Amino acid sequence: MWDVEIRGMASAHAIIAASIFMATVMPAVLVEKFSVYGTHLIWLYSVAGSVAVVNIAVFWLLGISPPTKKNTLSYKLSKLIRSCVYLLLSCLFFHTVIVLYGAPLLESALETFSLAVLLSTFTTLRCLCVLGPNVQAWIRVFSRDGAMSVWDTSLQITTGCSIVGAWLGAFPIPLDWDRPWQVWPVSCSLGATVGFLTGLLAAPLWIRWHRKQLTYKLK
Amino acid sequence: MRRLPILALLLWICSIFYVGIYLFVGGFLLVRLEVNRTSTCADVLPPGADVARGDFCLKEPRFRRAVVLIIDALKSDFARYDPENTSPRAFENKLPVLDEMASSRPSQSRLYTFRADPPTTTMQRIKGFTTGSLPTFIDVGNNFASSAVLEDNLVHQLGQAGKRVVFMGDDTWVSLFPRKFHRSLPFPSFNVKDLHTVDNGILQNIFPTMEGDDWDVLIAHFLGVDHCGHRFGPDHPAMAEKLTQMDGVIRSVINRLQNDTLLVVMGDHGMTDTGDHGGESLKETDAALFLYSGSPLFPAPSSQVEPEVVPQTDLVPTLALLLGVPIPYSSVGQVLLPLFPHNNSRAAPTGLSQAEALWINVKQVNRFLETYSSMAKDIPADSLSHLQSRFTQLSSQYLSSVSKGAPPSPELVASMQAYLSSVRETCRASWARFSPVKMAAGLLVMGLACVVCYVLSELSLVVLQEGVLKMPVVSGLVVGGAVAAGQIFMWGFVEVLWCVGVVALITEVMVLWRVRRLSLWLSLLPPPLLILLLRCSSLLSDSYVISEGRVVTFLLFTLVLYVPLRLNWDGLLVPGPPPDTQKPPGLLPPSLPLSTVRREGAALLVSVGVLVGCLYLSLSFHSCREEQGSCQPSAFLTPLSRVQDSRMRNLHYVLSLVSLSAWAFLLHRWLRHYGNLNCTSVTVFTARFLLPLASICMGLHWAVSATPEDSFRNLAELISLAQVALPRVAFGLLGLGLLLLWLDPLTVFLKTRAPLNSRAPSMPPPRYRASTGISPQAELHHLIPQLYQRIRRSLEDGGSEGAEADGRPAVEAYGLGTVYSAPLILLCGMLGLGLLLLHPEGMALSFLLMLLQAAAVLHLHTSSSTLSSLQSHSNVFSVPWAPVVLWSLAASQFFHATGHLPTFPSIQWGAAFVGFPQGHSGTVLPATLVTLNTFASHILFAVGCPLLLFWPLVCEVRGTRAGRSGGGDDGEDVVMEMRLRENPQQFSSALLQLTLRYLFICGAQVFASVCAAAILRRHLMVWKVFAPKLMFEASGFIVSSVFLLVGVALVMRVDVAVAGLFQKLLPQNSR
Repeated sequence: MWDVEIRGMASAHAIIAASIFMATVMPAVLVEKFSVYGTHLIWLYSVAGSVAVVNIAVFWLLGISPPTKKNTLSYKLSKLIRSCVYLLLSCLFFHTVIVLYGAPLLESALETFSLAVLLSTFTTLRCLCVLGPNVQAWIRVFSRDGAMSVWDTSLQITTGCSIVGAWLGAFPIPLDWDRPWQVWPVSCSLGATVGFLTGLLAAPLWIRWHRKQLTYKLK
Repeated sequence: MRRLPILALLLWICSIFYVGIYLFVGGFLLVRLEVNRTSTCADVLPPGADVARGDFCLKEPRFRRAVVLIIDALKSDFARYDPENTSPRAFENKLPVLDEMASSRPSQSRLYTFRADPPTTTMQRIKGFTTGSLPTFIDVGNNFASSAVLEDNLVHQLGQAGKRVVFMGDDTWVSLFPRKFHRSLPFPSFNVKDLHTVDNGILQNIFPTMEGDDWDVLIAHFLGVDHCGHRFGPDHPAMAEKLTQMDGVIRSVINRLQNDTLLVVMGDHGMTDTGDHGGESLKETDAALFLYSGSPLFPAPSSQVEPEVVPQTDLVPTLALLLGVPIPYSSVGQVLLPLFPHNNSRAAPTGLSQAEALWINVKQVNRFLETYSSMAKDIPADSLSHLQSRFTQLSSQYLSSVSKGAPPSPELVASMQAYLSSVRETCRASWARFSPVKMAAGLLVMGLACVVCYVLSELSLVVLQEGVLKMPVVSGLVVGGAVAAGQIFMWGFVEVLWCVGVVALITEVMVLWRVRRLSLWLSLLPPPLLILLLRCSSLLSDSYVISEGRVVTFLLFTLVLYVPLRLNWDGLLVPGPPPDTQKPPGLLPPSLPLSTVRREGAALLVSVGVLVGCLYLSLSFHSCREEQGSCQPSAFLTPLSRVQDSRMRNLHYVLSLVSLSAWAFLLHRWLRHYGNLNCTSVTVFTARFLLPLASICMGLHWAVSATPEDSFRNLAELISLAQVALPRVAFGLLGLGLLLLWLDPLTVFLKTRAPLNSRAPSMPPPRYRASTGISPQAELHHLIPQLYQRIRRSLEDGGSEGAEADGRPAVEAYGLGTVYSAPLILLCGMLGLGLLLLHPEGMALSFLLMLLQAAAVLHLHTSSSTLSSLQSHSNVFSVPWAPVVLWSLAASQFFHATGHLPTFPSIQWGAAFVGFPQGHSGTVLPATLVTLNTFASHILFAVGCPLLLFWPLVCEVRGTRAGRSGGGDDGEDVVMEMRLRENPQQFSSALLQLTLRYLFICGAQVFASVCAAAILRRHLMVWKVFAPKLMFEASGFIVSSVFLLVGVALVMRVDVAVAGLFQKLLPQNSR
């Protein structure tokens, strides 16, 4: 059972990673003069969009979303609406945090918000897919023994890696190297993406490595 | 409490850090050897010993007399005139005379850009353009105490040649050249606020002097422009007025000039857009140089390539040769060729031709180079021999051309110029001499000191019990003595540096050896220390040092977010799920009651919010380095007197006043809340009266200093009196407060109701005569807890607010719970007010933020330690790394957020004039005031450091009330800081651990900046970024450690006083 789940997770993660790759390559065909640095926002939106779509599709197909008590249409609709609201709120939250970290407040607000959208896609959207719009569960997952399934553990790892990646991405900004990727927010969004990819790669490996120690309480 | 071992250990750690810094700085900061030789007339004999031409000094010079007008900080922009500029700014187009003369009489006058060498401070510049040498970094520090110039210089040479030098103006000259002037009229220079005294003094005297015949060289140094820049900045109406005045001065001097007189008008340095100087940006180095003579001096403009920029050192040989004196011995300047006639034109009746002047100059520079290289070995041998061979070549060419009688070819002139330039460049490059051995020794001592500090902080309990210090110090001293003896034996003298270095090293190694068997301490790097590591490595890159304020804030922000995330990861932040009913209750991990977790979690999040807000707001108080191109310094940094818009000024004033009163109010509120204002001791008097009074004085002082100078003419005397009196009164009050605080730090009010007390049956009257005949000391140990029990009772019943009528406690002790922290907080509050007085008024907001942030850190620490109290296994009082790192990084953060920067031009010199608007006579007081101003945040956070230990205990009230409702037993009740007295051993070790951790964090930062300076010592930015950073970091460490010791000493003072109080109380209560 373990191996099946881990293998499933690895393939799901491979699909998501491939989607990031495609999102980087595809616009080059469609958009003129596309480059990750030059037309950074286009790249950012294409990555965010494709990761969002692939994530939702994968988790819906795998059926990992939390069990629903009611199966009515209105309940599903309200859940969907709540999820959208949560996603928007998390974008605003990330925006605030980034500004507090020292991003310019007024100028290049669009860039900052785009980075917040990217981070929300990497973190909040996955939380929504795995746990549903349930903040209590989110808080629970991010504690040492809060993970209740392999997917929770993978969520911990990918979320942590994305955020640490974005954090590390801020480091080169003050350096006087005058490189195109030091422009705000290129290094941060690249850092977040690289971190997310690392998390996708690391999660199945880590879980496999520690599968003896990992015990999940059944709900 | 073990006072002596703690103090001894801390002193030892501090002193080994000091030794390390001393060793390193001794090897790192550059020293240029001064050549104490002087040129004589015989040195400049023309080639071939042509006796017929006679002694150089006896020949008729080109000019008999010279007038040198030095206008301090006359930037090159000020001197330019642009007729097309219709709306000039305050400093533009205000000196039209220079341009008029240069264009209407091109053969008589020239205007050049005059480039100074850094450091661009006035004294260094005066030395530079009189000796012609290049200054070194170490000179910067001498600006307060100018000492006489010992090197050969123009003033000396002029005196030797019998010229009568008359000086008037800036009194720095008189201290630099004591007894060298024929006549001197010095005026005080240090008072930056005074725009007119020096200039008016010169104006009264210069024209009568010029018309008289008692002078040959007249030097006048005007300070008004510089002071105006410092006070108002260049773009201010006062600057226009000042420059127009200077224009008039120059005109009048030109009108009175005779044909045999040379006029030199020059600035010694420029200024930045804010009116400061000292660094090496072009704005600071580029001054103006204007030369004028009544008779034709320059060749026709097109005949020769004009230098665009004249280095400042070049003035020295030029002036010397024009006036017919030898070039000063150690000058490395090059004569300004346009001032000398062409070789082939024999029109000029007197004076040297270009080639002759250059030859004399080349010979002099070569002679200096030979002398210098024989004294010191810092000029690389290969470049030296290269220069030597070039000189030999030049010399033979020149001599052959002279013997042929033909004028030297232009190529020869060009190659002589090239030789002089390359000598200058070589000197500039190599007067950076390090002593690698001393640097390495300093690094080693400091690195080991950091390790020792870390190890001892982890082992503080063991260290205190065993006392590790005695043996190592003794052996260290023995070895140090042996080294000193060896030095005397071998060399005949003692170099103290090496002896103390050896002592420090030996003691460190011995201590590490002694604790090696306890090496359980090599744990994994905890994340708060990772933040410290990042901070330290950021000091190794110039970009990060330049944007240091933001980097520190970024790291602090990360650490602040880390704390709740970590707690949540450990499952402690939110109430856990209801316990599993299937497990037996014995196996359940102990957990805090639900309400406590909720409340503490909420408190934690609130303090995180406040902290984040403070961090973000503090970013708006930063100043700007010159390297940060598009940066605007904070508007709050401008002193109110420089804010021109009156509404803005009023707004700033009100904001500052509000923050000041909030600061005083919060302090008062806290003390009252914990019942510290009830007794009648002097400290309470301090808190109740002295503190508000001092704040009122400060508010009034700000109001007075903000009034524009000319608005209340009739009250001018009163205003100037108030400017002296108000800050002095505030200083006096605060000083008195500190003294009283030290004399009697207790703020405990005891109220005994023993006779009336119907003693509660639950508490039997304590039996003071122990049955066994043990010593009184042991008896006392037995008794003190009993007293606590009773005090505890009273606290329990009425808190500190007072006793309930039915409870009737035996002893009511107001403020006993905060007996340690109240004096510390009072000390911080008073120090904070005093330091605020030294800052620009707008910084009151930043100081308020500092208070709020400190409180938020304390509460964050309290909540997180309460939440994780069940998990920690170590000492109950021990303070974990995260809050200590937060606390000490906040010191760096607020260093920047109070408008300071680790660069010399950004030092706020205005602090020296608070309360002393007339300037100072000595140097100690202004230096102290400026130091206090610069390291204000370091001082406050260092003094307040022990609060981290006390705060969780102070906030215990909240915790226990809820705990009792959840069923806590009575024995574990509100004792607050009395817990510390119940566990003196743990108290001592926790205090030691806290201070060692704080010292470790500060020391690690110094170590990192020392490493940066050592590794990057040939970096382009070393003198601009790393060396100043090292100086500031090292001085910050010294100041921090001293004030940390002050804080610890106050805690011990309180401890002694509390012990005394109980001694006094017990007998009285027993009968």
